[in-house]
Amino acid sequence: MNAAMPRYIAARLLATIPVMGIVAVVVFSLLRITPGDPAAIIAGDSATSEQLEQIRQSLGLDQPLYIQFPVWLGQVLSGDLGTSLISGVSVSSMISTRFGPTLALSTSIILFSIVVAIPLGVIAAWKQGTLLDRSVSAFSVLGFSMPVFVTAYILVLIFSIMLGWLPVQGYRAPADGLWAFLSRLILPTLALSTAYIALIARITRTSVLEVMGEDYIRTARAKGLRERAVLTRHGLRNAAVPIITVIGLGITNLISGVVVTESVFNLPGLGRLVVEAVLARDYPVIQGLILLFSFIYILINLVVDVLYTLFDPRIRY
Amino acid sequence: MSVHIRSFPRILKHGIAGLALSASLACFALPASAQTLTAVMQSPLRALDPIVSSAAISNTHGYMIYDTLLGMDAEFNVQPQMADRWEVSADGKTYTFFLRDGLKWHDGAPVTAEDCVASIKRWGAVDVMGQSLMGLVTDMTVIDERSFSVTLDVPTNLILEGLAKIGTRTAFMMPKRIAETPASEQITEHVGSGPFRFVSGEFQPGIKVVYEKFDDYVPRSEPASWTAGGKVVKVDRVEWIAMPDALTTVNALLNNEVDFVENLPYDLMPMVESNGDFAVEFLSPLGLWTYYRFNFLHAPFDNQLVRRAAMYAVGQNDILMALTGDPKFFSNCAAIFGCGTPYASDYGADIVIEPNIEKAKELLAEAGYKNEPVVILHPTDNAQVSTQPVVIAAALRAAGFNVDLQSMDWQTLTTRRASKNPPSEGGWSIHTTTGPLIGITNPLINQTVATSGEKAWFGWPDFPEIEALRGEFARTSDPKRLTELSAEIQKKVIDEGVVVPLGQFVIPSGFSTKLSGVLKSPVAIFWNIEKAD
Amino acid sequence: MAHHRDSQMSMADADIEAADGLLAAESSPLRTAIRQGLSSGPVMLSVGVLAVITLAALLAPLLWTSDPIAIDPATRLRPISPEHWLGTDAFGRDVYSRVMYGARISLLVGLGVTVTAVVFGMIIGIVAGYFRSVDSVIMRFMDGIMAIPGILLAIALVTLSGASLLTVVVAISVPEIPRVVRLVRSVILGVRSEPYVEAAIALGTPAPALLMRHMVPNTVPPLIVQGTFIFASAMLAEAAMSFLGVGLPPEIPSWGNVMAEGRAYFQLLPGLILYPGVLLALTVLAINILGDALRDALDPRMAKRL
Repeated sequence: MNAAMPRYIAARLLATIPVMGIVAVVVFSLLRITPGDPAAIIAGDSATSEQLEQIRQSLGLDQPLYIQFPVWLGQVLSGDLGTSLISGVSVSSMISTRFGPTLALSTSIILFSIVVAIPLGVIAAWKQGTLLDRSVSAFSVLGFSMPVFVTAYILVLIFSIMLGWLPVQGYRAPADGLWAFLSRLILPTLALSTAYIALIARITRTSVLEVMGEDYIRTARAKGLRERAVLTRHGLRNAAVPIITVIGLGITNLISGVVVTESVFNLPGLGRLVVEAVLARDYPVIQGLILLFSFIYILINLVVDVLYTLFDPRIRY
Repeated sequence: MSVHIRSFPRILKHGIAGLALSASLACFALPASAQTLTAVMQSPLRALDPIVSSAAISNTHGYMIYDTLLGMDAEFNVQPQMADRWEVSADGKTYTFFLRDGLKWHDGAPVTAEDCVASIKRWGAVDVMGQSLMGLVTDMTVIDERSFSVTLDVPTNLILEGLAKIGTRTAFMMPKRIAETPASEQITEHVGSGPFRFVSGEFQPGIKVVYEKFDDYVPRSEPASWTAGGKVVKVDRVEWIAMPDALTTVNALLNNEVDFVENLPYDLMPMVESNGDFAVEFLSPLGLWTYYRFNFLHAPFDNQLVRRAAMYAVGQNDILMALTGDPKFFSNCAAIFGCGTPYASDYGADIVIEPNIEKAKELLAEAGYKNEPVVILHPTDNAQVSTQPVVIAAALRAAGFNVDLQSMDWQTLTTRRASKNPPSEGGWSIHTTTGPLIGITNPLINQTVATSGEKAWFGWPDFPEIEALRGEFARTSDPKRLTELSAEIQKKVIDEGVVVPLGQFVIPSGFSTKLSGVLKSPVAIFWNIEKAD
Repeated sequence: MAHHRDSQMSMADADIEAADGLLAAESSPLRTAIRQGLSSGPVMLSVGVLAVITLAALLAPLLWTSDPIAIDPATRLRPISPEHWLGTDAFGRDVYSRVMYGARISLLVGLGVTVTAVVFGMIIGIVAGYFRSVDSVIMRFMDGIMAIPGILLAIALVTLSGASLLTVVVAISVPEIPRVVRLVRSVILGVRSEPYVEAAIALGTPAPALLMRHMVPNTVPPLIVQGTFIFASAMLAEAAMSFLGVGLPPEIPSWGNVMAEGRAYFQLLPGLILYPGVLLALTVLAINILGDALRDALDPRMAKRL
């Protein structure tokens, strides 16, 4: 950590504004030009064109884009993300309700993946070229060779239906009971972790291998350090940079993209909210979510970049 | 009970504490789980206004928290509900309704006649039958706190049929302040006088809806029959859980994670039937119908012969097999008002039921079909309507039509459907959908036979003769004449292809045998159900 | 297309490749790679699997298949039989035919996305890496694209121009492009600061010649590796899109939509998911093994260590 860090962080945070601005404009325009009419979702199948037009007017959707956008922007800047066009519930409460399950699932996947994958990757690097190495690689790749819903169905079939150990679906807040909370996270975590374990293990293996060829490793060995200590104290630490990158990307992906898992396991998370809102053209919800995701994405990137400096003092901004 | 953003260590801490707390509380609290009925309904509830929204799920929601002036029983008879009795004037044109005792809104205020009149007006502004009715109404007056009168310009009992009708956009009663919301805006407050209360603090759109028993609801004394009679609630809470995945839903039922599934996927029914702890029943005896609609504005279906050719080409059995998988779930029907209903007639059965490719080809040639593209809209994210377009496409291709099956999500489809452009310029030629049979049983509530051209439902058929017949129907009260008029409308509708019936089908519901007293009804109802511990 | 397929992101691989790519130019990597590959069991097996699948896809009409979109609702959801080698689906269509023809489409999707993402990513990445002035603007745009969930982009693109092979390919490619751009850009940046390049610039060497002779060749090895991963993840992304109802129309059978259409029947007729699923898994596995081997071979530092 050097003295330039606070300035660097401040500069990066400032740079988020143009990015989020671009994202907001792009998404807004994209949404408004895609065919689709929230009034049709509100009014249902039997609505006539007349009724749809009336609803559209009352929602202000018939205004031209260059009027709609500043209106929305103004709302956002004053802290109001608006209300859902379809249900009338406030966007911020919809998002905060769904944030808990998403956070719980993402955290458990990342933690589980790290705990399993890093040792796997280190072992594979240590035993490079052996059968163990190759089988770890092959096995981990298998993890993301199947679409998630297939893995999910198989897990449910085995653990919920045949063995009866775990519930089939749903989410319970921790306040409803610890086992109720955890038991419903186990299968979704397993279903998704396979991909992340594969990825993190591979990255770990690659980075560690690269680092192990460095001179300072040879020195450590020459000094008589045991191989395991060489690996953990020197190898892993310096291999951390790419590993952190992958984890960072994983988090952003998990927050916004796990709709398939959420659908199969009926977890009320943000991924499903995005898809449902997009399919219903619930503009305020989509726009609010986009702002949230882009902000999280930028934040994670920043944290990752700062973490780099902790692990690799050569990296400097 | 909404989950707020918390840091994970706090969640963990709270979780452990919560576990300890709930263990100790268990001694003092009521066994809450026995009194909550968890259901997975046909679709997630998002639009809460049952007057603005014509969605079936919004209507079911309506029956939970609102009540109606009149109900309909299993024999299609109008029965009193909120209105205890009504008087008809000598000339048959004025109806006076008297509200029964003990009616209260969920916020404690008593139900008044003013509330009812305002609710009828709002309903009449949007609903197809309501609009016909309002066209006949000359006066609506509040007489006193508990009675009001409606005067029509012809003697007809349309007012009774309208106020009692089940199906989309039922005439639910709401407090005046809420009923005064324009019909183009959704209501923001959900207060009714029905047997359940809406728990807005626990509502999560697309995830969960929570209802609690309304203790101050006074049920009628007659036994419950469809939406008439006593609505006695025997559980404390009902929760509707949205579940996006069909297989997960069935597994959840079998694992006792939910108690009731409104629509079981047909092919998965055996999984539930074979398990003695669960019951499978067809709770809605009438079921649904499926149909397709031509776009009358553009080629090729602006030509009556081409429409007829298509009607000959498409057969009901292929459609219904693809949709349900087993003949025990469906029946052929050519009646546009539904088979098994008072106004059914089977004119057209020879055309729409069995496919006749040869005849279709003949008619196409006779019509001088110039290979214009037939754009069939195909929604990919809506299970009930995603199979029909594929089957129709295959049938039309076999008859020599130039078919362009276009797949899209339902939202895009509804926009495309509203477009009056030519099919190849963002318009369409054929659109398929389904609907509850209870919503089409006469020419006034069946939206698809309204043929007012530009103002009609999508497809925009324009046949003043049919409109004239419908108008006469509204003004007639002689039952024989009503039946005659319906038969005439059926004939004209089939001849012109205003709407093409594809058959009727029923959908099984599955529920745990812990539930008893589950009633048969065209709309899912939760009163009368008891849950064993 | 990480955001909605819940699986692999190849970004980090890209970062590593960036560093490795610098050194790759110093030897003749391709020949070494081929030589090493020929002697490796898993690699040969993977090549074999891919060859068989590609061949089957190309020759689909000749392999005793019937019309993959011919429906027959009367014989829906049947198990394996002499008439229907893999049974029938919910419309009575022959699953074997759909899987064979589906191979074509799935492979096409993989190929289409890979080519699109690599070509566009390369062009944009070169511009961003070489021309300092537009670098930050371009990278902010790329950040913006990466911040938008892929599903939103996919649905928007698909609904704008209708569901077809082209729109699905574009919809999956767009979120992959920023990653390729990052990769290419970092290679270019790295090479650009090499002394011999600076010397060449000082001598007035025109930019195109510089790019083509020194920089672009450096991007090829990591791009090949990256490309294999994009290929695999594109096929999986297509399956996820079909699952959500925004993928290819049923008239264009692919492994993804055969699986998606058959998912409700998993506990009755698991074959509907398993037959295309196993093939998809094998293909993805083979591609990943090849990609790994390529990367191992093209990186001389790794080779030294063995």
